Amino acid sequence: MKRRQFLKSLSAAGAASALPLPAVWSSANAQSRQETLLVVTEYAPNNFDIHGVGTNRPGYEVSWNCYDRLMTHGEKTLPDGTKSYDRDKFVPELAEAWDLKPNSVTFKLRKNAKFHDGTPITAKDVKWSFDRAVTVGGFPTFQMKAGSLEKPEQFVVVDDSTFRVDFIRPDKLTMPDLAVIVPGVYNSELIKKHATEKDPWGLEYTKVNTAGGGAYKVMRWQAGSELVYERFDDWKSGPLPKIKRVIWRTVPSAGNRRALIERGDADISFDMPNKDFAELKAAGKVAVVTNLIGNGIGYIGMNVKKPPFDNVKVRQAVAYAIPYQKIMDAVLFGLAGPMYGAKPGDPLQTAWPQPHAYTTDLAKAKQLLTEAGYPNGFETTLSFDLGFGVVNEPLCILVQESLGQIGIKVSINKIPGANWRGELLKKEMPLISNFFSGWLDYPEYFFFWCYHGQNAVFNTMSYQDKEMDAMIDAARAAAAANDTAAYDKNVQGFVKKAFDEVPRIPLFQPTLSAAMQKNISGYRYWFHRQLDYRTIEKT
Amino acid sequence: MLHLILKRTALAIPSLIGVVIVTFLLTRALPGDPAAYFAGPAASKEAIEQIRVALGIDQPLIVQFGRYVGDLARGDLGNSLSTGLPVATEIRTRLPASAELTILGLLVSILIAVPLGIFAATNPGSILDHTCRILTTAGVSLPVFFTGLILVYFFYYQLGIAPAPLGRLDIFFSPPPRVTGFFLIDSLIARDGEVFLASLKQLILPAATLAIFSLAPIARMTRASMLAVLGSEFVRTARASGLSPGTVIVTYAFRNAMLPVVTTLGMVFSFLLGANVLVEKVFAWPGIGSFAVEALIASDFAPVQGFVLTMAVMYVVLNLLIDILYGLIDPRVRIEA
Repeated sequence: MKRRQFLKSLSAAGAASALPLPAVWSSANAQSRQETLLVVTEYAPNNFDIHGVGTNRPGYEVSWNCYDRLMTHGEKTLPDGTKSYDRDKFVPELAEAWDLKPNSVTFKLRKNAKFHDGTPITAKDVKWSFDRAVTVGGFPTFQMKAGSLEKPEQFVVVDDSTFRVDFIRPDKLTMPDLAVIVPGVYNSELIKKHATEKDPWGLEYTKVNTAGGGAYKVMRWQAGSELVYERFDDWKSGPLPKIKRVIWRTVPSAGNRRALIERGDADISFDMPNKDFAELKAAGKVAVVTNLIGNGIGYIGMNVKKPPFDNVKVRQAVAYAIPYQKIMDAVLFGLAGPMYGAKPGDPLQTAWPQPHAYTTDLAKAKQLLTEAGYPNGFETTLSFDLGFGVVNEPLCILVQESLGQIGIKVSINKIPGANWRGELLKKEMPLISNFFSGWLDYPEYFFFWCYHGQNAVFNTMSYQDKEMDAMIDAARAAAAANDTAAYDKNVQGFVKKAFDEVPRIPLFQPTLSAAMQKNISGYRYWFHRQLDYRTIEKT
Repeated sequence: MLHLILKRTALAIPSLIGVVIVTFLLTRALPGDPAAYFAGPAASKEAIEQIRVALGIDQPLIVQFGRYVGDLARGDLGNSLSTGLPVATEIRTRLPASAELTILGLLVSILIAVPLGIFAATNPGSILDHTCRILTTAGVSLPVFFTGLILVYFFYYQLGIAPAPLGRLDIFFSPPPRVTGFFLIDSLIARDGEVFLASLKQLILPAATLAIFSLAPIARMTRASMLAVLGSEFVRTARASGLSPGTVIVTYAFRNAMLPVVTTLGMVFSFLLGANVLVEKVFAWPGIGSFAVEALIASDFAPVQGFVLTMAVMYVVLNLLIDILYGLIDPRVRIEA
């Protein structure tokens, strides 16, 4: 190569590298930045359809935003100024009105509503979707059952725009259950085209395609890394959302999710450890919204079927030996609701979760342990889910240290996330740290799953007690019959029993936090703990 | 040459069969229960049993193995439960991402380490020799995810000169039309300079992380092998004949010192593929390593098996390439084969 040629090629290379360097948001995209939302989270959806097998939580978010339900919840402002869904107020979504009778509810559908492909939405689609939810099995069927929605015969097409649900029993949870994620309305004709003999409900198709009429549709998807939504401009079931495009990127490293929001590149950052949220809050550069998770409790559970935890005094001793305040400060960084510290003798509330009266009192714990016949303590194993290790690990170490002081020698057993549910199902672990939250925010719902003698998987302590069952069943019946006095009496009754016999020790009510830029407004806390883009605005 | 390739490929078949059997047994020996995991939080025992039947994991191991091998013969690696897509599709889209990163990291590393090693060998005991030793030791001692996070912290968070660690492309660019799956190459084919630059910028930090990690073995091996060659008689003869130092070092010494360096490169490349797993996590890189780790956490058998098998095939191909390269560098090797 000649010298002159070489110099020429050098300057050409220089010119090439002088191409405009795009910043994360280049000026040409300033317009679209206004209408585009960049969200970063830890996990990506594995299925767009909540009816599918093993759909994960991010998948719920896709279902929620891409499918409409007949009705949804209104909004309320909480005492701290943050916005939340309103448990008690239902507002129209796909149905413009409904008529609730003792034995049925009749919905009038919007006449102009369309699916993403332009097909009008009819009562036929609603019935097909509900039939699908109660038939496919697994989580959707289970969730429908929670609201006494069990059989396809319950769902009746009256005419094209009128749809009726017949009740098989009076249940206060039926209406709330019609507003959770599962009873979305699916484009039945479109899905039927893709159904096969092996897969009559087209679950394979809806796994990677959205076949609904919700406010957003999935435009681009790269498994595990990126999902791009586009607004459905023909959406009729509510005010047209302000955000035109949502780009949802998966960023596995929590440190990077924090860096992205602090640098101003991401609009909303989800799933960070409490420590990061607490620090971001203190720094004040971005807005951090924290809400208590409704009907959710982090707890220590004890297996009441086996000694030594079959002895109520041992359980009470453990409850007096938990370092509640330390857990609150050192593990949760204050971002949780205390479930301890009620004044002894104060009347119980009808709300749930509510604090109990146990405090950290090692002398009393030791005394109870002696009374129970274990003056020198005993050895046991405390198990936890490594999938939630950020909270569980320090928590269990604090508990281990504290129980050691009253002579209970605890060894810690870390169980990988994949095995946790399998281990829970066996119901053999003596002592566990775990978390439960119910979508439907009612005390009797929580107790039905966690304390009832039917011994569901969430009754991790295998607690069975006839009196407890009677009160839970009575509270459910009273709720359905609108008998407030009987309802209150029974709720207070089962809460008291749960606290006195402590098969599980409530530690804290966890929180859900999201960090967002200060120009983002309209964030709303939802029972499903995922984002609803419809209300979000960017200025 | 063709004979060599055929012979080596035939030799690889037993090891591949071994890999298939071992990964199958290992994934089954994992303590997790995929059915319980994917049945969701609210599953009853019956629901889990239903899923177990649907996944076919209620069958005896030998039946499962037969089905797995049958699928494999048809090129079907099964479905990933955690991402919901066929494993073959996942590997096809993710492997180029990992390969692009690893190859670039290795190239950067070679470009720095080989000259550094040669210089250190020609000036043993000099300040540069010591600097080279310190640099490489530090690089190999730091865990890759740590180096990655430090680079992100300084160049993105503090200085703001690196792009956000958001994977292969900035959010406002669409990937170039797929030809090879390598964004750098595909964007050039599509003559899209902007996308080329954007993907290059995303690559710089993760590739640098891998390069820092792999400097040490390459630089040390180059130095050692150069020292040995420089001390040999033919180099002394060349020098005595009055050849310029450049010709002596590059043409005579380096060519002869390359053989052990190439062997090291093969090894470095394979452990870079391993180190990739962590780098991909830090930089949200949609590669094959992070995919396999997530699958492992969820006891998702098919992707783990697919991943190990792909890796095994890659190792076989890599070793074959290195053997061929030997022949090109050193004619004696060809005769022995």
